[in-house]
Amino acid sequence: MIPVLLIVIPLVSGLLGFFLRSEKTARGWALLSSLVTLAVTLWGVGVDKTSPLLQANVEWLPDLGSRFAVGLDGLSLILSLLTAVSFPLIFIATWRDQYKRAWNFYALMLLSQAGLLGVFVATDALLFYFFWELALIPVYFLCSQWGGERRIAATFKFFVYTFVGSLLMLVGIIWLYFHTPDHSFSMESFYKLRSTISNSDQTWVFWLLFVAFAIKMPIWPLHTWQPDTYEQSPTATTMVLSAIMVKMGVFGVIRWLAPVLPIGTWAWGDTVSVACIIGMVYASLIAMKQDDLKRLVAYSSIAHVGLMALAIFATDQSGMQGVMIQMFNHGINILGMWIVVDLIERQFGTRKISQLGGLATKAPGLAILLVIVALANVALPLTNAFVGEFLLFSGVFTSTATQYNVVFTAVAMLSVILSAVYTLKMIQGVFYGKTNALTEKAVDIRLNEKVALGVIVVMIVFIGVYPKPVLELTKDAADFILTKMNYK
Amino acid sequence: MNAILLSAVWGIVMMFSGIFTTSKTAIRNVAVVGLVLLVLGNYADMIGYHLMTVNVHKMLYFDTFGLLGNLIAFGSTLLYVLLSGRDMEKVGHHLAEYFALIFFVLCGVAIVTTFNTLLMLFLGIEIISIPLYILTGADKRNLKSNEASLKYFLMGAFSTGLMLLGIAFLYGATQTGTFFIDDLWSGKTAVTPLFMAGLLLLLVSMAFKVSAAPFHFWTPDVYDGAPTVFTSFMATIVKVSIFVGFIRLFDEAFGDSQEKWQVFVAIIAAATLFIGNVTAVFQQSVKRMLAYSSIAQAGFMLLALLALNGVAKEGIILYAAAYSIATIGIFAVLIRMKDYTFEGFNGLARQQPVLAATCTIFLLSLAGIPLTGGFFAKYYMLSSVVATGHYLWLVIFAVLCAAVSVYYYFRVIQAMYFKDGDGATEAEPGLGFKGLLVVLAVIVVVLGVWPQSLLGQLSRLIYTW
Repeated sequence: MIPVLLIVIPLVSGLLGFFLRSEKTARGWALLSSLVTLAVTLWGVGVDKTSPLLQANVEWLPDLGSRFAVGLDGLSLILSLLTAVSFPLIFIATWRDQYKRAWNFYALMLLSQAGLLGVFVATDALLFYFFWELALIPVYFLCSQWGGERRIAATFKFFVYTFVGSLLMLVGIIWLYFHTPDHSFSMESFYKLRSTISNSDQTWVFWLLFVAFAIKMPIWPLHTWQPDTYEQSPTATTMVLSAIMVKMGVFGVIRWLAPVLPIGTWAWGDTVSVACIIGMVYASLIAMKQDDLKRLVAYSSIAHVGLMALAIFATDQSGMQGVMIQMFNHGINILGMWIVVDLIERQFGTRKISQLGGLATKAPGLAILLVIVALANVALPLTNAFVGEFLLFSGVFTSTATQYNVVFTAVAMLSVILSAVYTLKMIQGVFYGKTNALTEKAVDIRLNEKVALGVIVVMIVFIGVYPKPVLELTKDAADFILTKMNYK
Repeated sequence: MNAILLSAVWGIVMMFSGIFTTSKTAIRNVAVVGLVLLVLGNYADMIGYHLMTVNVHKMLYFDTFGLLGNLIAFGSTLLYVLLSGRDMEKVGHHLAEYFALIFFVLCGVAIVTTFNTLLMLFLGIEIISIPLYILTGADKRNLKSNEASLKYFLMGAFSTGLMLLGIAFLYGATQTGTFFIDDLWSGKTAVTPLFMAGLLLLLVSMAFKVSAAPFHFWTPDVYDGAPTVFTSFMATIVKVSIFVGFIRLFDEAFGDSQEKWQVFVAIIAAATLFIGNVTAVFQQSVKRMLAYSSIAQAGFMLLALLALNGVAKEGIILYAAAYSIATIGIFAVLIRMKDYTFEGFNGLARQQPVLAATCTIFLLSLAGIPLTGGFFAKYYMLSSVVATGHYLWLVIFAVLCAAVSVYYYFRVIQAMYFKDGDGATEAEPGLGFKGLLVVLAVIVVVLGVWPQSLLGQLSRLIYTW
């Protein structure tokens, strides 16, 4: 019931949104719809985990062995929560952004929300694939229509990259389907596959699925679409992409790859981990050299997501729980970063750090809020990311799945140090130093941005100080996945 | 049988209708009535009502697979005439004759989908081809149209010669000297070099007819030169019907020697996918792009020929429906455009939002994006090959080619939505035209969200053969 509502509400309100011919109404409609979705998600978090309200399963394609099966467990709940929280915040934070034919913009945003929520709640592989693509199409139109100057080329690159990955995943899913004993796409049947597929088959089918997820996250060396797309997309869409959409890749590995092909996952664990670590350090180094704020945040995102992927392959209780929590935290934090970037770009018409400076004296409210978000990005204690990254690192460090756990931890730590370097450099460049002609007439943030950033800061501190609720929410899901991932 | 009789008779009716009336609307209405009758007659055949009993001496065999193929062909033709019938008037003065020729083609289609001997296959293919040569050259004052017609005729005649040679070889290879395809099974006929030679010649000539690489060279020129209305007809209805015949031939006649010829089909499929998709990328004209895209789509349909299992047969029917409807829709819009290049579509979304939106759905379907019929069509093709357990490289190659196809399909979408221009149609399209396009788009989406509506029928019918 609840997961169906989570898909239906944004889908229907998105479709209706195309017919609202006024910017104001469309914006209000989108906010209203996203708030209703949030309320339903909170209801889902509140009810008992065994409640039938959290499941739905109706006939869809009996001849193909696929059903419209959706369900919410700890893993999908925390990601649905992230999606449901992010969208109202995005709408509030970009309330003053102007779009041509805004009704189409908001309608497509809602459709992408429907696709994302569908990905997270689907418990049928074919349905999952459906939503995986459905989330992509609106984003393609959003970026190509309302993005920056090089938007068409950048978006196209993004689309082709992810589409290649998706199609390979489709082949993988079809192959797995034919090897399920009961010819079914259901998650339960997929989780039983480990007993029927030989180890050697597991090792190559792994890549069919993993490439799709790796492109989405993105993991080095498949990340090259990401900075361009983030830079060229309208900020609201960039927020969706980086806060939620990259989590689709992480989620895909946790739900549809690691438990389905545990041997393949274990066998390639070290290879993937090395790629993750290279990506983390590499992206951090590039982020240090960026002058463009959007590109800086984009590269920092690659580094952070790389750490999550690393922890999945560590196959460890605290690491797995860390991934789930950190997905949420990273989404919230990067949302905060984007809100600041959007503000700066709108006020000064530039995103170049070198052209900015001295904002702290002119916009103290903004400066305080940004510093908190930035510290969370660096994972300082008392912020939410500290909880997440602590679990991640402890998971990687104590991992028994790999013999290189110490090396991995040490090198990954390096990227955390680098992340402090570029984040603090950015704060310095933008907020301190001398004001120039451009930043002289800066005004402080207004109500809508204050609300959005305020909510984010409250969440950052709350989870940082009292992480128990999110830990409890994800515990069972992490245990369950780990029993399925047992490679011995 | 109903379909063969009705289409032949109505072809003659159409020819004479040109004598009794000069009203173009009247002629078009007669054609629409004929097509409705054809669809109903074919459906009556499926549920067991026959207009008359003709002893065909087992030369034709009316099974559900063939009749379903007919139904898709006739239904698509009906939609096609409703959408683009008006545009045929612009080709030349002989509207009644054009319709007559289309009905004759449909008569050939009805034979090709239900043949039981190689002779009938040959007859059917010829009955399809000869009217098409004329239709290609219908625009008599246009040099390109004449050239296309001649080229098509020469190449077509050549491939027909190969087909005849193949049939003769197979005739010689059978023990008793027979054309019946059931007698070609290995129990009755040994797989000798003569047999294989005949089989390969048939494979080549059929591959020519469905424009599979490397026998596709006629396709871009003919599709480009022919009047656009008739290109739409050739690229969709004719092509998929011949595919139904192609599958039928290889399933019924050569099904048990599959492992001997499978590798040839795999190579042809890979070549077709590669050449069709890669060449389409470089086209400047949407019409030519669609010609190459039809080659690429044929590559996907060849996967069904490779697999030849239940999934493949269900899939080819679904593919035929999804591909025909989407392509007919795009061509219907293309015909109305002033400029056939990609630039001609610039800014169409602002001028004609309905046309652009429906076109987008058709293009997404051709690219195989979920929520459209094209996704399940491709899904079936891929899973039919995966089900055989071999040729996984071809499946992966096919999806990579499908990713390439996104490039040229999305170029049209980009032009319509994200580029500025006056993407103008020749005349303001009427409400009926727009309404029909929306109906087509709805069919495509229904096939993509709930294909059970069609598939449920299919599997029931095909497995109870």
